[in-house]
Amino acid sequence: MNNQLAVAIALAISSSPAMSVAEDDLTTLRGQLETMKQEYDQRIQALEKRLEDAEEAAQSAQSTAKRAEEAAYDVAPSRQSSSANAFNPKISLILDGRYAHFSNGANYKIPGFQLGGEAGLGKSGLSLGHSELAMSANIDDKFYGNLTIALHDHDGETKVELEEAYFETLALGNGFTVKAGRFLSAVGYLNEHHEHAWDFADAPLIYRGLFGNQIRDDGIQVNWMAPTDLFIQTGAELFRGDAFPAGGGAHDGIGAYSLFANLGGDIGVSHSWQIGFSHWSADVKERAGGHGHVHEEEHELHHVAHNPSFTGDSYVNAIDFIYKWAPNGNPKNRNFKFQWEYFDRREEGNIAMLGSEPLETSYYDGHQKGWYAQTVYQFMPQWRVGLRYDRLDSNNTTSNAEVLKEAGLHNEGITPERYSLMIDWSNSEFSRFRLQFNRDESSNEPDDQLFLQYTHSLGSHGAHQF
Amino acid sequence: MNNVIKRLVLMLIIVYAPSAMAKLNVFACEPEWGALAQELGGNALHIYTATTGKQDSHHIQARPSLFAKVRRADLLICTGAELEIGWLPLLLRKTGNGRIQPGQLGYFMATDYVRLREKPRILDRRGGDVHAAGNPHIQTDPHNIARVAKVLAQRLVELDASNAAHYQKRYQDFSNRWKIAIQRWEKQAEALKGLSIVVHHKSWIYLEHWLGLKEIATLEPKPGIPPSSRHLADVLKKLKHRPAKMVIYAAYQDSRPAYWLSQKAGIPAVILPFTVGGTTEARDLFTLFDDTLKRLRDAIK
Repeated sequence: MNNQLAVAIALAISSSPAMSVAEDDLTTLRGQLETMKQEYDQRIQALEKRLEDAEEAAQSAQSTAKRAEEAAYDVAPSRQSSSANAFNPKISLILDGRYAHFSNGANYKIPGFQLGGEAGLGKSGLSLGHSELAMSANIDDKFYGNLTIALHDHDGETKVELEEAYFETLALGNGFTVKAGRFLSAVGYLNEHHEHAWDFADAPLIYRGLFGNQIRDDGIQVNWMAPTDLFIQTGAELFRGDAFPAGGGAHDGIGAYSLFANLGGDIGVSHSWQIGFSHWSADVKERAGGHGHVHEEEHELHHVAHNPSFTGDSYVNAIDFIYKWAPNGNPKNRNFKFQWEYFDRREEGNIAMLGSEPLETSYYDGHQKGWYAQTVYQFMPQWRVGLRYDRLDSNNTTSNAEVLKEAGLHNEGITPERYSLMIDWSNSEFSRFRLQFNRDESSNEPDDQLFLQYTHSLGSHGAHQF
Repeated sequence: MNNVIKRLVLMLIIVYAPSAMAKLNVFACEPEWGALAQELGGNALHIYTATTGKQDSHHIQARPSLFAKVRRADLLICTGAELEIGWLPLLLRKTGNGRIQPGQLGYFMATDYVRLREKPRILDRRGGDVHAAGNPHIQTDPHNIARVAKVLAQRLVELDASNAAHYQKRYQDFSNRWKIAIQRWEKQAEALKGLSIVVHHKSWIYLEHWLGLKEIATLEPKPGIPPSSRHLADVLKKLKHRPAKMVIYAAYQDSRPAYWLSQKAGIPAVILPFTVGGTTEARDLFTLFDDTLKRLRDAIK
């Protein structure tokens, strides 16, 4: 190649005195040039061929890669996503805090009802509500387990409360499930919902008046769901009966039971409903409950006031009705909920006024009832407004008229009522801020109550109960 | 007394007998899987679809009617990857139906058989309602449907061996028609390659990958958090530098944010069915993609 180039250059240099070059030299040169041209053509062709080959190879490599990718998809990891956090239980935390203002909170009472459990208004001013820690997981293919712990302050001390600790069967089949441990009773509708899932900052008056906000107890629940298109669920619970309002674990620790049935379904795609009936019964043994005072003063009051202790039979009958609407069944942007519950409790037994000298006792025949109705409307994403009305009534009698008054079970001739209005905003489904106003006419001294509350949930995603 | 027991037993037989003889009860969480089960099983299946194309399957309430259906299901076909985490676990737990618990033959999660995109590196809710397993909206790419169809057909054979030939035949038939349809769609979609779009929620990445679309922005500031006016203004600003050809939203989503941006930026807002039943045209899996492509192509005309 270099030689030929040299010849070509020499030729070019010597081309001006071309006249002196001989004829046969020219022929030789022409021949050389021709060979060069052919050689270059071949080389170019070879190069072009190589380029084409390379391109083809690249293309086939690409398609091989694509095929490999497709193949990888086809043998995609099988069932890897069924449990994102491997064997750790799902953990979720609830943070809850509030500002509350009561115009007349110090003397809170509901005449005709013995308040106990967690009933009461809570603290005024800034305070923490229940901070909750819940852990749950499938134990194995047949069982599910859940533990919920609540932390809250009581008389300046942080108290740990075991809210729920139960297991539940997953695969008994034929519609049966069994749950055992400590859990929220299936009585009523709202009772099974955790406090952070409530639509208002406080419990309905009837829950406050009868159950000390919620019935949770140690026991066992059997549940059966019918194999029908209409939702039919029925079940029974046996409880130890230690917790308010049973109070006392009578009959060697099987002191309360309940029966319940729920029906439900859809009407078209946008409407759904549920109706529930329940019955709760307990052999109450020495149920005590400081009546009519705010949580923080409870301790102090125990010493000055006499505390009624009830022993006898208690029966509660309840009916609830829920209706929900969401346009096209899509609740994300707009939805509406109506909720109504009615409770009727009859009790018969004896009341002793603890702390009285000499001990005052009386025969007691109680009849307490009440209902509430509430609506919550999400009118745009993130925003909801709610309206609630509560009404109670009682007609209790005692053989000793003094005891009725002292125990706070005299209705004082009024039917307690309460009007509530709330608005809440949720940035995501994990955070919520709520403003609520109550006009509480539970007693002769009406109370205006204001709550500003936050409820946040951290950790694994909770499921939304109906 | 004896008479009462006899009557009760008879009643139980009447209640249970049909279910012993009947077709396989399928509970499909989303319409696309209901439609796929229909393609593969036809008359051999009794299919109930829990949601419609007008519903956001992230946010379904565990309604009583759903409990009643899950109670009787032999096969659960859902998307998985935490899409139904707000309601499905409750349905599974409360119905005590052992056939459809995780790990059982009757538990079928479509995303278990497709490699998911956008698997988050950092699991932090500051990033919105992210799914740890990846983006679950796989049904917007027909290749994914094909992948799921293959395993689902096998599953049907395993569950209902007496109808094995029926399922295999239907799968072959579906698979052939689906391949031809994909070729047709890919041809139609050539005009869409490189198209810049704004989306409402991150529900289109499989479609974008399939058709080579470029996602410029989302109307939701974070997944699951509704569009705010401030974020929309940011999106509008962004579009000045990186213009998009259209803004896309699913049939179940609030259309107002998309229309707001459409007006301000002067680009069309396009409603896509997202799943079967999202639009009246999207009646089954085939028309779902026919309609999706038609709407996209109409918007660039």
